Amino acid sequence: MTSTPLPPSDQAVPHGNGQHANHNLTGFIIYLCSESVIFLVFFSGYAVLRLSALDWLPAGVEGLEWRMPLINTVVLVSSSLTMVVAEHFKGKEKLWLFRGFWLLTMAMGAYFLYGQAVEWSGLKFGFTSGTFGGTFYLLTGFHGLHVATGILLMGVMLAKSFIPGNYNGGEEGVKATSLFWHFVDVIWIILFVLLYVWRA
Amino acid sequence: MTSTIPLPSTEENQSWTRYFSFNTDAKVIGIQYIVLAFFYFLIGGFLAMIIRGELITPASDLVDRTVYNGLYTMHGTIMLFLFIFPVLNGINNLLIPTMIGAPDLAFPRLNAVAFWLVPIFGTLLIASFFVPGGPAYSGWWAYPPVSLQNPLGNLISGQGLWLVAVALSGVSSIMGAVNFVTTILRMRAPGMGLFRMPVFCWTALAAQSLQLIGLPALTGGAIMLLMDLTAGTSFYRPEGGGDPVLYQHFFWFYSHPAVYVIILPAFGIFSELFPVYSRKPLFGYVYVSVASFIIVGLGLIVWVHHFFPSGVPEWMRNLFMFNTMLIAVPTGVKVFAWLGTIWRGKLQLTTPMLFCLGGLVNFVFAGITGVMLATVPIDIHVNNTYFVVGHFHYVIYGAAVMCIFAAVYHWFPKFTGRMPYEGLGKLHFVLTFVGANLNFLPMHPLGLMGMPRRVSSYDPEFAFWNVLASLGAFLLGVSIIPFLLNMISSWARGPRANHNPWNAIGLEWLLPSPPAEDNFGDHVPTVISRPYGYGSGAPLVEHQAEIERALTLQEATR
Repeated sequence: MTSTPLPPSDQAVPHGNGQHANHNLTGFIIYLCSESVIFLVFFSGYAVLRLSALDWLPAGVEGLEWRMPLINTVVLVSSSLTMVVAEHFKGKEKLWLFRGFWLLTMAMGAYFLYGQAVEWSGLKFGFTSGTFGGTFYLLTGFHGLHVATGILLMGVMLAKSFIPGNYNGGEEGVKATSLFWHFVDVIWIILFVLLYVWRA
Repeated sequence: MTSTIPLPSTEENQSWTRYFSFNTDAKVIGIQYIVLAFFYFLIGGFLAMIIRGELITPASDLVDRTVYNGLYTMHGTIMLFLFIFPVLNGINNLLIPTMIGAPDLAFPRLNAVAFWLVPIFGTLLIASFFVPGGPAYSGWWAYPPVSLQNPLGNLISGQGLWLVAVALSGVSSIMGAVNFVTTILRMRAPGMGLFRMPVFCWTALAAQSLQLIGLPALTGGAIMLLMDLTAGTSFYRPEGGGDPVLYQHFFWFYSHPAVYVIILPAFGIFSELFPVYSRKPLFGYVYVSVASFIIVGLGLIVWVHHFFPSGVPEWMRNLFMFNTMLIAVPTGVKVFAWLGTIWRGKLQLTTPMLFCLGGLVNFVFAGITGVMLATVPIDIHVNNTYFVVGHFHYVIYGAAVMCIFAAVYHWFPKFTGRMPYEGLGKLHFVLTFVGANLNFLPMHPLGLMGMPRRVSSYDPEFAFWNVLASLGAFLLGVSIIPFLLNMISSWARGPRANHNPWNAIGLEWLLPSPPAEDNFGDHVPTVISRPYGYGSGAPLVEHQAEIERALTLQEATR
């Protein structure tokens, strides 16, 4: 066994702990980019089917009611703002304020899901009502699944905030969750425009 | 006393059972991937033998016609989703961390989950042979409306299992891609800028980016197909206002780039091996690296050339014909770079080099027929004929699989610590090269004569070329025997390999064979020059002479 002295600068600089935490966020951002493509596919599928349809609306359906979804939209978009506020307080190490606004964000997300469920139960068409019904439920359902996932992630992060000292050095999980939530938000805005604003 | 060089893995305390466990070491997972992939390769190859056995006579006499439909569907699906993607991910697992000096991938547990999904969806797919109605029979691309037929009305149908398996394969590949891209971007050794990275890592980065962009499209399209099949929606059902061509867009938006996911790593292997066995630096390193990403960009905007006759508007045909032909430019740059590398080099015709040379010849041929197929008038003439099958198999078997064999022989000593046998390797090469050409070349005249693909019986005028193709296929079937013999016997009792048996330059060759679990551990060398410094004598890393001396000493006392 030989040993050769190495200058200290060679001691594996890029593999420290601080760097490793960053990998999680990098990986998550890469994943989100990939995830957005699946929405792109559903959006383009919706647009193609709608533009080429002879009778877009099934018989007896006059279009979508937009008032309730609009309230939903306002709630979801504002929940992105409360999340930013929560993160701001985390940065200032005011953990209780962080938890409060974080919980508020979760509640707004839950309200959105509730509103979605109410809207679904009042509709006169189903998943199999032609391409109109199919794309509507596919888009809102797939997005709703993401909202639910976001709330779940927030719950985990909230629970983790009770581990003493856990969030002292900044928390990658919180950043990742908030990125995910903003992503879900942006997707909804596009979805709202495509489904409710776009009139034939 | 601290050692500055990585310790060799002590083989005594590393039991073989780790290959059957939820191990998070990229080198273990790499070998798991490769071995499992070759297991599926044998199954897919066996199906190919039955297919070519059926086609050796014009009449449909060996298997039932519906069975035949299932055979070619499963052959394609197994070879792509269970052989070639897993085997490439195995090579990525072995090479990426060792080439860039990382201890492991960025997310080792995610890596293990991605691997263990493979046997799960593999079992699902194979299980579809045993459900009522048999496996999927709509071809590996599963176009509706054929793929929407479910005559028995069962919820669990061959096509349904096929879709679930393909979706799981997508999940596994996305996990792998996130891991590989993060690792390459963030865990390189000190001093290794992007333009000091081995070309294999460039091509892996390019290929995995394509996976990230393309795969969700296939997954999204497959979800909609599954809904149509099981939940009664009509996204692709014309009778319900749906559009079957929409599926073709989704499918090929991924599955065309998928061909680049397969061939880009092969380009990386060419670029690694030609310099080693020509003893010359890679010609045009920067151009070869950047060309990979030009191929990525162009590869994403050519998908429509797969279905020119499917009611595609004229402007789309012209646009996609043009884009497709444009890809020949960056690819041609690479071919010239490899030729420039071997030009006047001191060629060493070892087994890996032979596979590379053979693969390059096949690839150039496949490229020429590729440009032919991009041309709309020719494509409309030969669409859905054996010409397409021949072209595709030249790319995949002739080029990509031969490159994979080259890589296996080249890096075998590094990761097993044993040398493969040259004689058996050369026999394997001759059988493969002759077999592949005898099998796939006759498909071109067949296609030009108008023989459609996916039929079990044909006009006797096609018999001559079909007999040749079948004989070639059987030769390919035989060619795998020396390979398996070589791998098993040399891994068990082949001569011990030293750390750098081929005199190659690269971080992975500064590790003992086999490397320790965390590769360089805390002693990652600092890279001070570009790769492929053959003939210059310039060191790749700081303290290279000391590291090599220590490794040699270690081997002498072993």
